[in-house]
Amino acid sequence: MTTTPPTPAATAVPLPAPHDNRCPFSPPPAYTEAARTSSVSRAELPDGSPCWLVTGYPEVRTVLSDRRFSADARHPAFPLFTPERRELFAENPSFIRLDDPEHARLRRMVTGDFLVKRVEAMRPGIQEIVDETLDRMTDGATEADLVGSFALPVPSLVICLLLGVPYEDREMFQSLSRTLLNTFAGVGEISRANDELLDYLGGLAAHKKEHPAEDILSRLAARDDLTLREIAATGILLLVAGHETTANMIGLSTVLLLDRPEQKAKLADPAALPGAVEELLRHTTIVHTGLPRVAVEDVELDGTLIRAGEGVFAMLSTANRDELMFGGEDRLPADDVDLDRDARRHLAFGFGVHQCLGQPLARAELQIALGTLFHRLPGLRLAVPHSELVFRPDSVVYGLKSLPVAW
Amino acid sequence: MQVSVDRDRCCSSGLCALNAPEIFDQDEQDGRVMLRQTVFRPGQFADIRLAGELCPCGAITVTEGVSPADGTADAQAGTGS
Ligand code: HEM
Ligand code: SF4
Repeated sequence: MTTTPPTPAATAVPLPAPHDNRCPFSPPPAYTEAARTSSVSRAELPDGSPCWLVTGYPEVRTVLSDRRFSADARHPAFPLFTPERRELFAENPSFIRLDDPEHARLRRMVTGDFLVKRVEAMRPGIQEIVDETLDRMTDGATEADLVGSFALPVPSLVICLLLGVPYEDREMFQSLSRTLLNTFAGVGEISRANDELLDYLGGLAAHKKEHPAEDILSRLAARDDLTLREIAATGILLLVAGHETTANMIGLSTVLLLDRPEQKAKLADPAALPGAVEELLRHTTIVHTGLPRVAVEDVELDGTLIRAGEGVFAMLSTANRDELMFGGEDRLPADDVDLDRDARRHLAFGFGVHQCLGQPLARAELQIALGTLFHRLPGLRLAVPHSELVFRPDSVVYGLKSLPVAW
Repeated sequence: MQVSVDRDRCCSSGLCALNAPEIFDQDEQDGRVMLRQTVFRPGQFADIRLAGELCPCGAITVTEGVSPADGTADAQAGTGS
C-alpha cells in the first residue's frame, strides 16, 4: 500500500494533458498510459499542486458515489485548473458543485422536469425542431457547417423552450457558455461571463415572477424558498449544460459514423438507435477533463491511500475504455466504436448523486438528431480532409469548433 | 428475488425507469423512484439486476433468492411457459 501523500514527482501526470493530434478521439496518451499501470496515479495541476488521477472503472465509480469525496468547490483543496475560480464558486455556487443536503434541495426543484416519462412526451416536439433545423440547413444549399447549422441549434432551441429563455439571445449565451467552459480562460474573463449570465437569467426570472409562463424559470421564480441568485445560478447550469454537451456529442458522433460506413448503416433500424447512442456516449466521453472531487476523509483506493484534503480527478474517459467492462470476444476492442456493444454501463454521464440530471433529454435529442440526420442525408460527407477538422481540447466539454459537411 | 428502494438516496437519474420500466417508475413531482411491482417474473430478473447495478445512488437493493411471494410468481411463470 502506498502511504505517502502525492508530491509533485517527475512522474506526475500533468493536468489537463494534451490530446494526441493523430487520434483526436482517444483520451490523451498520458491518461491512457497512467491507466495501464495503475488505477490511481499521481498528477499535477497547472499551478504545480499535487492531486490524484483516478482512471480505473470501479475506482471512478467509487470516487463519484462515496460521500467521503466532496464536490464542493468552496473547499480550499478542491482541485481546479485555475484556482482563482474558487471565489466565483463561493459567491454563486450552482448545485453541480455543492454536496448534499444543499445539492439535493436545489436539484430536486428541477428533477420533475427531466423525468423519463416527461422527456418521452417531448419527443414529437424535439422531432419537429430537428426537422425544421435540417430544412433550414439544406434549403438551397449543398454544404454547411454542421456545428453552427444543426448540432448547436437543436439542443439550444430545446433548452430555451424548457427554461423559458428567448432563442433570439442565443449568440450572447452561446458565446458566454464557451467562455465558462474554457479550461484556460482568465479569471477576469470568466467572472465577467458569469456575471453577465447571472444578470441575464436573474432579470428573466424577475420578469417571469410578474408574468409567469409554462417554463422552468417561471416555476422557480414562483417559489418563495429560493433567492433570485439561486434561480439564476440554476438557470446558468441548465442553460450551459443543456446545449454545449448535446451539441458536441452530435458533432463528434457524426464524424465517427462518417468514418465507419458499416456502423452508420446500423442506424437505419430505429430499434438500434438507443443502444447506438449509449455506445457513442461511451466512446466519445465529451466531459474529457474528468470530474474533480476532494477527499474529506482518508480513503484507500485500490491500495493507494488518499488523505483527507487531497484532490482527485475521476477520469470518465479511461473508465469508459475499460476492456474488461466493454470488450468481449464478439465485440470490437473498447477503443473502437461498435454500435452492437451493450454500453449501458458507461460513465459518460458521471455516477453518484451528481449523475447528469439532463440524461433522459440528452438521450432523446441524440437519438432523434442522429437518426434523422443520417436518414434524411444519406450522402452526408466531410467537406474538408480529416486533418483539417478543428477540435476543442481547451474546453471542459470536448468537441469540434466547426464541422464542414456536404450532402 | 426481492427488491427494495430507498427514496431518500434516490437522485432521480431515471435510469431504473429507462431500463426496467415494468418495475420502476418515477414520482411525478420530483422524479424519485417508485416500485410498480413487488412480485417478479424470472424473465424480469436481468433487467432488475441491471437497474440495481446502474443506480448511481445505491438506492436499489436487489436480494437474490426466493421469498414466499416470489415462489408463487416463479412457479406461475414456470408453468405458464
Ligand atoms: C450528451 C450530453 C451530456 C453529457 C455527456 C453530460 C454529462 C454530465 C456529467 C458527466 C455530469 C456530472 C458532473 C459531476 O459529477 O461533476 C453532468 C451533470 C449535469 N448535467 Fe449533464 N450531460 C449531458 C447533457 C445534459 C443536458 C442536455 C442537460 C440539460 C439540462 C444536462 C444537465 C446537467 C446538470 C444540471 C448536471 C448537474 C447535476 C448535479 O450536480 O446534480 N446535461 N452531466
Ligand atoms: S436509478 Fe437509482 S437514482 Fe436513478 S431514479 Fe432509479 S432509484 Fe433513483
